[in-house]
Amino acid sequence: MLLELQNETLGYGQEPVLSGVSIAINPGDRIALIGESGAGKSTLLGAIQARLAQQAALIPQNPGLVATLTVFHNIYMARLNQHSTAYNLLNLVWPQRREIDAVRPLVQRLGLEEKLFERAGSLSGGQQQRVAVCRALHQEADLVLGDEPVSAVDNYQSRTVLDALHERFDTVVLAMHDVELALQYASRIIGLKDGRVALDEANIGLRLSDLDFLYQVGDDLHP
Amino acid sequence: MIFTPEPGAATRPRYSMAVRISLLFVAIALVSLIFADLAITTLDPWTELGRMAWGVVTPDFFAVESIGSAVLQTIAFALVGVALAALMGFVLAQFFHIGPVRWLCAIARSIHEIFWALIFLQIFGLSPLTGVLAIAIPYAGICAKVYAETLDEAPPAALRVLPVGAPVISTFFYVRLPDVWVHIKNYTYYRFECGLRSSAVLGFVGLPTLGYYLQTAFSEGNYSEAAAQLIMFYIMIATLRLWVRPKLLGLYLVAAPFLLSGTSDIRFENIARFFSEDIVPAPLRNAEQFDAQVMADLAEWLGMLLTDQALPGIVATVVLTQIALVATGMLTLAFFPLISEKFFGRIGRTIGHVFLVVMRSTPEFILVYIFLHLWGPSMLPAIVALALHNGAIIGHLLGRYSDEIGLRPDSASGVNRYAFEIVPRLYGQFLAYLFYRWEIIMRETAILGILGIATLGFYIDSALADIRLDRVMLLLLITAMLNLVIDGLSRYIRARLKLSTRVASCQV
Repeated sequence: MLLELQNETLGYGQEPVLSGVSIAINPGDRIALIGESGAGKSTLLGAIQARLAQQAALIPQNPGLVATLTVFHNIYMARLNQHSTAYNLLNLVWPQRREIDAVRPLVQRLGLEEKLFERAGSLSGGQQQRVAVCRALHQEADLVLGDEPVSAVDNYQSRTVLDALHERFDTVVLAMHDVELALQYASRIIGLKDGRVALDEANIGLRLSDLDFLYQVGDDLHP
Repeated sequence: MIFTPEPGAATRPRYSMAVRISLLFVAIALVSLIFADLAITTLDPWTELGRMAWGVVTPDFFAVESIGSAVLQTIAFALVGVALAALMGFVLAQFFHIGPVRWLCAIARSIHEIFWALIFLQIFGLSPLTGVLAIAIPYAGICAKVYAETLDEAPPAALRVLPVGAPVISTFFYVRLPDVWVHIKNYTYYRFECGLRSSAVLGFVGLPTLGYYLQTAFSEGNYSEAAAQLIMFYIMIATLRLWVRPKLLGLYLVAAPFLLSGTSDIRFENIARFFSEDIVPAPLRNAEQFDAQVMADLAEWLGMLLTDQALPGIVATVVLTQIALVATGMLTLAFFPLISEKFFGRIGRTIGHVFLVVMRSTPEFILVYIFLHLWGPSMLPAIVALALHNGAIIGHLLGRYSDEIGLRPDSASGVNRYAFEIVPRLYGQFLAYLFYRWEIIMRETAILGILGIATLGFYIDSALADIRLDRVMLLLLITAMLNLVIDGLSRYIRARLKLSTRVASCQV
């Protein structure tokens, strides 16, 4: 088991966002976190990240890019801990062929090849999000944590991104706003509603209509 | 009567906190006026003004040698001093979270460049090192603070996604520095502009920069040469963007240290004596052994200094500061429309710009020096000069700020627009700038003592003349403390008024 939360209260400062959270994550899990915005998806991801920081690659909602550096440098950053400081600084002022070659297949796959040496800040929102994905793909990690990693990407690109993430990482935890995509990719669905985990089921035979209740206002319908 | 106010309902306006604080400061300034010496002591100020004006219209650019030398030395000292300050500030900024580093930086910047120069003169004499350190040390203190604040604004999300175990230095250059680098560059550039003013003023204590030549010209009544010197200085500042180029900067920095002139007579025994004897309080220095008598002498020495010098010095410094602060505020409110699109057309604004540029480019010390020549030593020249200089700086910033205010198409014009539309909207910003400037005005007020106005600097300068460096150090320490108190008060008021509390974003 990678991680187990037992009846935990999660939140920022004094205000609990989620309470009574009990979940376990096992290697090989492909989890989609769903629920309305504000339901606590980011909070749960943050809690998982805090506990698994050593092994996890992170794709935050705000892509977390350094705007003035190139796409290449932003992706290379995932491996800062693999090299010496001197090598990192050399690669900052003079990108090394070896590192470029390592990054190139990633940007090719996500359609960013022409942007490799442009400043991250000059890219569109969708392109920036794909750079953040490339960075996560580049990181030496066992699992990936993504906070709506395809929210700004079009439908076709979304599939490319999700395919890449699922091929590269054994364990995947993604907060998703697109429930249809979540059902297609995840092996397990965790639904959040009203500050609690309202659903935690293997994705076997789940239908869209089974998840509607997560997005309904007011009454607490349990399946 | 149809409408009767409910009991307790507002029947008269309640003034906002900003207005009440403003009124409080005006009241303090009015009380201070009672204690202020505002006499004009020169016999015939108008004739002198006439001669100065004649000098301005007949500038003598033929004093080529002295003008060239003044310009070159002023730039060289500023370059080396600010470069060193930026370097030290950058390193210190990395440790700014450590209390003692922060305190040292606060003390370094609370003491005026001229005071630093006066100290280093005792140690290094008129060597170039004196001028360089006099700029570098206080500037390193302010750079460290601003750089540290700027670096804190690096994108936090980018830090969060870094793999665990990324080396600290790599993290710094990949994530923390890149996005804020341009701000650091701009701020350092602005510091260099300030450095040119500081460098010019250091001439007044004997370094071979503009102030030295200006003082000579003034004391000889040679106003045409003085005017030429000042005009060259304005040209130097106005063309800054043309000659300060990234590509040329390296060349300048290599050349500048070789251009610095001065005696290179640094003696180790002077340095040693300064620390081991000169600055030790006299009763201790002269004592053969430490006993009750020495303690009593020390107490008497301290008491004498505090009551006879520090106290009157503090009172005069505070009185002058408070009057100058309010005068600055009033002039600011008068100046900013001069460059605002909301009030003047292109031609009017151009004239306004020229006036404000001249006023803010002239170091306040030089302005005071000129007015002192006109009116003699009292607080009047200091108040007028400080208000003109600082009013021009804040007026310039507010004028630009007012251009960004969007008015509805049918809004009032003229005085009504000023009073109802513009001033209420920028009053908070105005107070923020003014309170930033408070501490700077106080720093400047203290130093004006060396021109004969009885602020703390006067007592420091007198003690220097008597070569009583122990007194100098104590009075300097008191000056620094007073400055830190004002700085703290200013921050407290800005926080109470919910004004932005950062210095980095606005270059005041």
